[in-house]
Amino acid sequence: MARIRPRVRVPRSADAGEVVTLKTLISHPMESGLRKDSKAGETIPRRIIHTFEVTFNDQSVFTANLEPAVSANPYFEFQMKVPESGTVHFAWHDDNGEVYELDKDIKVG
Amino acid sequence: MEFTRRDICAMGAGTAATLALAGGLPAFAATDDVQKAMDEFTGGKTPTEGGVELTAPEIAENGNTVPVEVASEGAKRITVLAVGNPRPEVVTFVFGPLAGAHAASTRIRLAETQDLVAIAEMPDGSFRKATRQVKVTIGGCGG
Repeated sequence: MARIRPRVRVPRSADAGEVVTLKTLISHPMESGLRKDSKAGETIPRRIIHTFEVTFNDQSVFTANLEPAVSANPYFEFQMKVPESGTVHFAWHDDNGEVYELDKDIKVG
Repeated sequence: MEFTRRDICAMGAGTAATLALAGGLPAFAATDDVQKAMDEFTGGKTPTEGGVELTAPEIAENGNTVPVEVASEGAKRITVLAVGNPRPEVVTFVFGPLAGAHAASTRIRLAETQDLVAIAEMPDGSFRKATRQVKVTIGGCGG
């Protein structure tokens, strides 16, 4: 399987109190658990990202609870208020227990 | 897929279930499932129409990636349900104190032409709802 690679777009700097748009994408098959193997006819087990969390300096920004109906390579776009300089923390939680994480800094001023 | 959701509804859940078993068709979410998913989100309350924006294409060529956007001023949570999918739940967004806007967009899978429903939980505990039909040319259930 291709390596799972998260990608995010975060501005490097912002004004205090500014609202910025964040875009995120992670390469992931989002196997729904409903598909059947074309050869053996067996159901392919479910494996999806079930939770996606974004925090800024440990304060909650955005959480998404995903179901199998979210497309492969889940993409999200949302807005965040930037009160001060700090770090945006992104975490994708996989069904298999793995957590893919990424940090991005934003400078105010 | 030669059955539209409307046909399946018309045939009744029983017939649909029998068909699904007999013909190996994917079992689409019955109306009960949709109601259950709604109740789970709202705690049994009935959402009122309006106050939520649900943006989706009128015609989606590929049901595997249908872009959707939801927005509801001040909402705490917004959930998206696909009425005609094998399981209606799609995604739930929770907005934290640093959310810049109570809006988000993503890409979802739709099995067939169907209604999308967005429900938002407002800070006062009430629920708002919006419905939008999306026509799907190629279903996104995979082979």
